[in-house]
Amino acid sequence: MMLINLAYLIAAILFILGLKGLGSPRSAPRGNMLGAVGMLIAIIATLINKEVMSYTWIIAGIVVGSAIGAIMAKRVQMTQMPEMVALFNGFGGAASLLVALSEYSKVAGHYHNALVADAGMAAPQWSVALLLSAIIGAVTLTGSIVAWAKLQGYADKAMQLPNQSLLRAGLGLVLLVLCAWFVVKPEMGIVLYAIALVALLLGILLVIAIGGADMPVVIALLNSYSGLAAAATGFVLNNNGLIISGSLVGASGIILSKIMCKAMNRSLGAVLFGGAMVSDEQMANIPG
Amino acid sequence: MEALIGALTIFVLAVFVGFEVITKVPPTLHTPLMSGSNAISGIAVVGAILCAGAEGTSLFATILGFLAVVLAMINIVGGFMVTDRMLQMFKRKKD
Repeated sequence: MMLINLAYLIAAILFILGLKGLGSPRSAPRGNMLGAVGMLIAIIATLINKEVMSYTWIIAGIVVGSAIGAIMAKRVQMTQMPEMVALFNGFGGAASLLVALSEYSKVAGHYHNALVADAGMAAPQWSVALLLSAIIGAVTLTGSIVAWAKLQGYADKAMQLPNQSLLRAGLGLVLLVLCAWFVVKPEMGIVLYAIALVALLLGILLVIAIGGADMPVVIALLNSYSGLAAAATGFVLNNNGLIISGSLVGASGIILSKIMCKAMNRSLGAVLFGGAMVSDEQMANIPG
Repeated sequence: MEALIGALTIFVLAVFVGFEVITKVPPTLHTPLMSGSNAISGIAVVGAILCAGAEGTSLFATILGFLAVVLAMINIVGGFMVTDRMLQMFKRKKD
């Protein structure tokens, strides 16, 4: 276990150096390489964890996922890079969501009502971390898919649904109530699935109102979310590697989206909520 | 509780490092940086592997773990390769 945590530390250092390297033109290719090496180390360290008992599904998953990722990366046109990144990012968020659901059904199957994680965390913290992992992961998934669709030109303009802000607020409220219910009664698995469903809807609603030109900023922000989702998964599994790397990406993603906003002369708030606020004027200006 | 405080400490310190590590980035590097950090967010694969490899759980939990491994690996491999392609393009432009 000590060796594994040491490997995670090395991976985290490589991620930090990698992100730093990607920030300037000369060191960028090396930065990317350092990040990839860090990831390889993190994966190998996880494979030797004694909790990992059977390798069939893992190896199948690694082979299939790597092949699909490589083909997608090779085939994509240079001009379509941002939407490809959005799609990849959505998959990362989906992974966090699935890990949360898998971990829940694992623990629920073992302990039934006495939902105390083997990670040594008391139930409420565990439930909260599980919820954060599932919710942020779900929002990242559908939000990224909408961003991808917009950049692909399937839905180019900012789409305005009737009573959009009300809808968002209502959905957020439903989510909060469901979360409170789950924390009090974590043995109710159905509540967790309902939460995941609502979060998936919320992800669509959050991005659908934002115009195509602002998408790069949104993708950077969603990238930050997928990092935070991974960090939340780290709290569920009590895994330092996940916590460090996830929060690192989460924080740097927020800074990057701020920098990108500045470059476009926009404020982050205007990008996120602008769609909803400008809508009435825009509606009025549409001829016919 | 002890474990939670330890984990929170790591989380908060890593967030600060994340804030500081990106400072001034030229606009041409915005997309590659976004793409590269996106690949790193595929670290979720660690959780996915632990879910897919656990024994004595339901088949359902294992399959969810397997799907998570697939999706996270697409994110990782695709992410790093796409970033590399973008950076190669910059290199050629300069030559």
